[in-house]
Amino acid sequence: MVQNYLAVLLFILVGLGVGVIAPLLGWILGPRRPDPQKNSPYECGFEAFEDARMRFDVRYYLVAILFILFDLEIAFLFPWAVVLKEVGLFGFVAMMIFLGILVVGFVYEWVKGALEWD
Amino acid sequence: MMLMLQDFFGPFWPAVWALVKIVVIVMPMMGAVAYLTLAERKVIGYMQIRIGPNRVGPLGLLQPIADAIKLLMKEIVVPAGADKFLFLLGPVLSIMPALAAWAVIPFTPELVLSNVDASLLYIMAITSMGVYGVVIAGWASNSKYAFLGAMRSAAQIVSYEIAMGFALVTVLMMSHSLNLLEIVKAQQGPLGFLQWNWIPLFPMFVVYVIAGTAETNRAPFDVAEGESEIVAGFHVEYSGMTFAIFFLAEYANMILISALTSIMFMGGWLSPVGFLPDGMLWLFAKMSFVLFLFLWFRATFPRYRYDQIMRLGWKVLIPVTLVWLVVVGILMQEPLRGLPVLNIWFH
Repeated sequence: MVQNYLAVLLFILVGLGVGVIAPLLGWILGPRRPDPQKNSPYECGFEAFEDARMRFDVRYYLVAILFILFDLEIAFLFPWAVVLKEVGLFGFVAMMIFLGILVVGFVYEWVKGALEWD
Repeated sequence: MMLMLQDFFGPFWPAVWALVKIVVIVMPMMGAVAYLTLAERKVIGYMQIRIGPNRVGPLGLLQPIADAIKLLMKEIVVPAGADKFLFLLGPVLSIMPALAAWAVIPFTPELVLSNVDASLLYIMAITSMGVYGVVIAGWASNSKYAFLGAMRSAAQIVSYEIAMGFALVTVLMMSHSLNLLEIVKAQQGPLGFLQWNWIPLFPMFVVYVIAGTAETNRAPFDVAEGESEIVAGFHVEYSGMTFAIFFLAEYANMILISALTSIMFMGGWLSPVGFLPDGMLWLFAKMSFVLFLFLWFRATFPRYRYDQIMRLGWKVLIPVTLVWLVVVGILMQEPLRGLPVLNIWFH
């Protein structure tokens, strides 16, 4: 079993390798003639006005936090789903109570407008 | 020959043999990606009553190779003010998950690189890393378009990942296993394609394909690139091979999503009818079908607005998946699962 994971690890390394070697080849084969205009950030012909690392909408944070909550929920559901046949009705009802609590939170954020983008 | 090599490499043999198998998977993958780009241009061309690329080689068949050589010979521009290390790390982090996920994809019952029990969990974990590549690329570029594209893309990908995750949970409920081989075997039966998950999980099948389109930033959910508003989004500053890597990752991800859809909802290598043998070709046929859907979507639908994308993800797909999860849970309970018709799928 552990040997199977060796192949997975090697595949990850190969994936990283492709990402490193391909640009390296391009860097060797391609020309290198930098100039200030070429290296300036793209801004439709203007000089760049200000730093690009600007402030952004707080709703992106909100989405990130909601994602963590729901993804955690999914992580809880995974083992439950695999053994649902064995745990039967009791396990099903238990998870429905848990899901119900999650849905209350989901409805709350929906009503509060956390999911609105206007 | 085999034994001689085995002797030569000694204790390193398993690693070397695994590497050989990885190359056997990765090389055709790259070819598939190259010809998927050509297929896309051809299919969309014909849908718009054009011919598509037809100059390089017969029927334009050498076009992807010409594209690759061109990108290889182009200068890699690193913009002033960019964080150089992160700028080059971005493409690496987006291609790695797109390739590494193939480690656990079963092509036939025997033909799988590593048959691990947690394969679906591994796929979930590794594909989630793709978003880092996008965010890092967008942030490191020091360009406003790249930054906006990265923010949009990150929020969109994580939103649709939830719907995708719930869809996967129902698949697990049907198959009682995280192992992709077992997931396909659970769909096996005398009724052929009627026993595959796409019938009892039809809403989830639809949700999964939509979420997969959004996850790969494909049209109509391509606001992260949105060439008519933020020029190319997170990879606007990338050129030459660094751009090619992002391109490769997007198409490799499309092929991966199509493979996963085929395995989880359409029976993987299983033959649709009893009298034809199972085999890898069925998997490829199903993948081609899903890939064709992706191309068709792009040719047909106008781009969604960002608020529409977020509404679809949070207010339509997630409620649908939650409801269907409960429905499947109820149908799996003792008296119901044994009833005629239902016992085709719930066993």
